[in-house]
Amino acid sequence: MNKLLEKHPRSKESLLDILHELQDADPRRYVSDDALRAVAEYVNVPLSEVVSTATFYSMYSRSPRGRHIVRICESPPCHLAGATNLLAVLMKQLGVKAGGTTADGAFTLETTSCLGLCAEAPAMMIDERTYGSLTPERLATVIADVRRNDAAK
Amino acid sequence: MPRSESAVGRETRIVLENCGHIDPARLDQAVAAGAYGAIQKILKAETTPSDVIDAVKSSGLRGRGGAGFPTGTKWSFTASGETKYIVCNADEGEPGTFKDRLILEGDPHRVLEGMMIAGYAVGASKGYVYIRGEYEQSIARIRKAIDDARRAGYLGDRVLGSAFSFDIEIKKGAGAYVCGDETALLESMEGKRGYPRIKPPYPGSVGFWDKPTVVNNVETLANVPPIILRGADAFRSVGTAKSPGTKVYLLIGLVRKPGAVEAPMGTSLRSLLEDFAGGVRGGKPFKGALVGGAAGAFVGPSALDMTMDFDGPKEHGAVLGSGAILVLDEDASVVELLHEVLRFFQHESCGQCVPCRVGSRVLVTLSQRIVSGCGTPDDLDRLVEVAKTMQVGSLCPLGQSPILPVNTAIETFREEFDTRLASACRTAS
Repeated sequence: MNKLLEKHPRSKESLLDILHELQDADPRRYVSDDALRAVAEYVNVPLSEVVSTATFYSMYSRSPRGRHIVRICESPPCHLAGATNLLAVLMKQLGVKAGGTTADGAFTLETTSCLGLCAEAPAMMIDERTYGSLTPERLATVIADVRRNDAAK
Repeated sequence: MPRSESAVGRETRIVLENCGHIDPARLDQAVAAGAYGAIQKILKAETTPSDVIDAVKSSGLRGRGGAGFPTGTKWSFTASGETKYIVCNADEGEPGTFKDRLILEGDPHRVLEGMMIAGYAVGASKGYVYIRGEYEQSIARIRKAIDDARRAGYLGDRVLGSAFSFDIEIKKGAGAYVCGDETALLESMEGKRGYPRIKPPYPGSVGFWDKPTVVNNVETLANVPPIILRGADAFRSVGTAKSPGTKVYLLIGLVRKPGAVEAPMGTSLRSLLEDFAGGVRGGKPFKGALVGGAAGAFVGPSALDMTMDFDGPKEHGAVLGSGAILVLDEDASVVELLHEVLRFFQHESCGQCVPCRVGSRVLVTLSQRIVSGCGTPDDLDRLVEVAKTMQVGSLCPLGQSPILPVNTAIETFREEFDTRLASACRTAS
């Protein structure tokens, strides 16, 4: 953790970047209590301020998540293209509600604001990759592909 | 290479002129297409900063983030001081909007050059690109472009051997629509919650770390290099007198060919729909559109001839906003779409102003009730009343926004609301 911190200036200005990196580096893809304490000490601001920032932004998770973060867009353009139905399909397929993590720890299902993929609505992201023009069939294929890739590792 | 998102009509490309034609990861290709030609022209001729501001002023360029404030005037309002900053607002979160993403990913050096010119004009030597965290690809492309530009001497100390120094850093957002407001964005850059500040003072006098700061949208900055290279008159030769230049419109929803198109400011909604988007999907009748993003207005077929510039939509009680046009066919439900728009505002309300924090929640409760057929005509009145309270009682455009979609949806599509009110009440499962 220290190595990661030292890449950044010891300024409150670094807070968002550091929180992103600590979350990405955590195998459970969240911002842990330990991480918050380390950041507060490093940038020399009260822990309360770090918590205040970390809990404001929707991309930081304060609870452990799965290996892959599935973020399905629920903005009005995607809604018009049937995203609500896709969320239901995903919930059924993964067996979790929005915000939940699958029992095997593979996926966390989240909803997100507009991803800027509106010409290919409905859309989603899995980790850093984007997927557009989704249908229930394509969703099943994409999820199966991710599982297969994991198994191959 | 960026996806091909072109439509069927003939576009007038200025800001997107290189998108799809150059490899955005290759500095040499960008330079061959003219990148950094404008800043070189300025440095070589030793154009004074005030002449640069005058050029932008006389071009009539207005902010493409939605507000339409004259860019040259904004620059000229920058207070004096040792340290100043340029911030490129790439926190593109308006639902239905992806023009900034296309520019960032398709022609990143143009954005950097626009920032350099702004820096030269106001006397700043440091710039930040604040990119929303969801735009991983945009961040990667801009990061590579900054590295390449530094290595080639376009960024850093003494740019191209001149006395002008300028460097750029990326700030990555973390999922907060409200940070698209320039003062919330500055708070976020300082590592805080994205709470909008009270204005005035404006960022031009008290900005990033309290220093004078110019905050410009991606599309605005991308328009600057061609103004310097080809002159203000060339820029004015396209578009309307009050809204010169082009606009990147986002034609989405139930159209045949969804995508982004760049066309002269003042192109009519009808032309955008028919000439560029290929009409309504399946040849169905045009019911209406949500123009300007979630913070935009619902319009019906009577608005088809409105010109899509900063002034035309006003005559129809609408706004240009981000340039997003979400098209609805006769089967689409305005009642349900309005509910989704209000859910969005509730989710994104930062909670600082009580009328917005509480009001956005009440709007969702009311619209949910209407959607499920359990509402009364009184609920429609309350929607308007609460949205009005939010408008007058909120600090930033987020809380001031819901009134527009609420009012226009109810006014333009009253019958649809009445039908839903008269239908049987079914409580959501």
